[in-house]
Amino acid sequence: MTEANVAAKAGLFDNIRGSGAWHKLLAFSGLLALLVVFSLASPNFLQTQNIIAILQATSVNGVLAIAATLVIITGGIDLSVGTLMTFCAVITGVVLTYLGWPLPFGILAALLTGMLSGFISGFTIAKLKVPPFIATLGMMLILKGLSLVVSGTKPIYFNNTPGFSQISLGSVVGNVIPGLPIPNGVLILFVVAILISFVLGKTALGRYTFALGSNEEAVRLSGVNVDRWKIAVYALAGSVCGVAGLLIASRLNSAQPALGQGYELDAIAAVVIGGTSLSGGRGTVLGTLIGALIISVLANGLRILSVAQEWQTVVTGCIIILAVYADILRRRKL
Amino acid sequence: MTALVEMRDIDKSFPGVRALHRAQFDLQPGEVHALMGENGAGKSTLMKILSGVYSRDTGEILLNGKPVEIGSPRQAQHLGIGIIHQELALMRDLTAAQNIFIGREPRKLGGLMLDEQALNANAAEIFKSMHLKLDPRVLVETLTIAKQQMVEIAKALTYKSRVLIMDEPTAALNDAEINELFAIIRRLREDGVGVVYISHKMDEIKRISDRVTIMRDGEYVGTVPAADTPIETIISMMVGRKLAAETFEVPDTSAAPLALEVRNLNRGKEIRDVSFSIRKGEILGFAGLMGAGRTEVARAIFGADPLESGEILIDGQRLDIRSPKDAVRAGIGYLSEDRKHFGLATGLDVRNNIALATLSKFTNSLGIIDDEAMSSAAKTYIGQLAIKTPSDAQEARLLSGGNQQKVVIAKWLLRDCPILIFDEPTRGIDVGAKSEIYRLLNALAAQGRAIIMISSELPEVLRLSHRIAVMCEGRITGFLPGGASQEEIMRLATMRQSSVAGGKAEAA
Repeated sequence: MTEANVAAKAGLFDNIRGSGAWHKLLAFSGLLALLVVFSLASPNFLQTQNIIAILQATSVNGVLAIAATLVIITGGIDLSVGTLMTFCAVITGVVLTYLGWPLPFGILAALLTGMLSGFISGFTIAKLKVPPFIATLGMMLILKGLSLVVSGTKPIYFNNTPGFSQISLGSVVGNVIPGLPIPNGVLILFVVAILISFVLGKTALGRYTFALGSNEEAVRLSGVNVDRWKIAVYALAGSVCGVAGLLIASRLNSAQPALGQGYELDAIAAVVIGGTSLSGGRGTVLGTLIGALIISVLANGLRILSVAQEWQTVVTGCIIILAVYADILRRRKL
Repeated sequence: MTALVEMRDIDKSFPGVRALHRAQFDLQPGEVHALMGENGAGKSTLMKILSGVYSRDTGEILLNGKPVEIGSPRQAQHLGIGIIHQELALMRDLTAAQNIFIGREPRKLGGLMLDEQALNANAAEIFKSMHLKLDPRVLVETLTIAKQQMVEIAKALTYKSRVLIMDEPTAALNDAEINELFAIIRRLREDGVGVVYISHKMDEIKRISDRVTIMRDGEYVGTVPAADTPIETIISMMVGRKLAAETFEVPDTSAAPLALEVRNLNRGKEIRDVSFSIRKGEILGFAGLMGAGRTEVARAIFGADPLESGEILIDGQRLDIRSPKDAVRAGIGYLSEDRKHFGLATGLDVRNNIALATLSKFTNSLGIIDDEAMSSAAKTYIGQLAIKTPSDAQEARLLSGGNQQKVVIAKWLLRDCPILIFDEPTRGIDVGAKSEIYRLLNALAAQGRAIIMISSELPEVLRLSHRIAVMCEGRITGFLPGGASQEEIMRLATMRQSSVAGGKAEAA
């Protein structure tokens, strides 16, 4: 490949990383294909109601997957996103229901709890040199246990804070544009996606996120404080998990302490389908969003076609492997 | 005049190794000071201490006459010390401009956002000052090694360093690129920058440097002026002994049976109608410029890359080689130019590396490894090839380049391959170890093995080859007898398609 070609390609997609763009295109056409197949198979599929249900179902996993994307681009992994989400929800429950503080404090509590937990994971990984898989596996179990301890193993309901359920279920968009009742949960997903895209594409933190996953030693030799930035990425991912905690608690109008484990795998699946490399250095929020949508569309469509839940899981598994294999095929051709 | 840098009595030990002992070095402003020594002599360690990568055990560093502590690469940068590492330290998924300004990105909106436009403009300016045609927005992973090297150099230049350390900067550069680099170095010298130049290439040292400091076994040997010190003197200071000039004679192998015959290999633009044969006991050198297709031919014969057409005959038998596994079974061993990536499992110990291609010999029917048998086989080769290692259980990555190469050779000897392909066998290996590798290749040929040797160093090709195949743009442009002249090789190596009648090479 000549340099002119490469330059032209880089110019064409501009800030988007070349191969990531291809993968995204692939994931996007996959999503479109699913939409076409399901709408042909069932007239109920393309109803506004159903589309909104799909988006609503994507919101929690989508936000968690965005958190996971951040960490995975650094070449790390975060297994604690699911139980951290639950722990943040429980803490919000404590603040709002047990302490009876006003709503903003509950929101702040979730975000800070997430950030603190991410900070601890990041510190363990960057400073104590514990491999990310182990550090976050430990964190996953710690948070799972703490959620049960803090809540006394019982769900915490938000009945004293009527506004809380509006975080996810209300519709600001619907109030402004009556014909478009998009729930706030979906709106929040898109806001988080845009924010994190901005961070990744336009800020120093984002630049170092890619740089770390690309060649950490090179970054260190460039005089960059690698540890500090790595901890910052994990802390940011943690606060995004806090957002997910708010979303799920608001949708259930309760913090369910036993929930959470297993969500991390769905999140990682969305990241992988979206074309982010598990070896780090490349990935996009948009890709992850498409990945999360593919998973929800599959679940929704198969349910409409009355395919059993068990089979939905099998299909999702196949899609993950196919998505990565397609990327490998494409690379081989280049 | 106060020295820009003065390092005195530097000691540094790593677990089990004394890397530096009372090492010293000084650098004047506006000077190019070459640092020479065999691999493992401590050059890189000394410079890593100066650039804050390692901390010293004892000794002192003076910068402009004042003692300084250099605790991190960042601190070194603040003190105006820049380094271009031997192993490229680039982030492959970022663009050239992003790599150059990593950690110092221009910001806008009060520091919140990166200013990508300024970033690219700044990088373009530097490239322009280097006379380098490169789009700052190109992903580094799509660049050639030489271009990546240029990005590294551009990065070091942006630090406005007063001290610039270059650790083997020309290892992957071609002549034109080396000239560009030297022009840049001369400009820096005029600006009063002190340049430390680590290299194994004698002619470069002569061309570019003012003084040469020689190190051996972690110790300071001496500093001499570059211009009027004979190369032999420098080499003998490096190795601590005189190198005996080896007499070169081409053995007569014309009666020996053919070991390997290759007919009309083709793949795209990389391999075009390549045919050659090699007899047992013969060393066939492959010369050519970078990108001439030599490595591609070797990898295709070894089954590492697919072929579009062509035949490979071993001992007169036509074989279908589709994978390295087939090639190894057919008795071909390939020693990659990139030992670290393809030749050596650097995390494994010496013993397991040597046995890697022959593991089935050391396992019983249950798949359990007989460590003792493996160890004794490994020890045999450690002795035979004089591999310098504390034991056969030493991790391969801890050995010097020359000894790593010997481990890879041992691997294929243990496998007992009658055909060995050496791709740049002495890249990154110091003078002393080079001649040992040469002796080894000759000995292997004398045992009746057929040896294909790809090398970009013409003296090496001329010194070793019994016959020389020269490639240009994917085709063999001619064969030369051993002991041909460099000019003849260069004539064939630059013989482009238009000048080859009918596109067919004259066969030997």
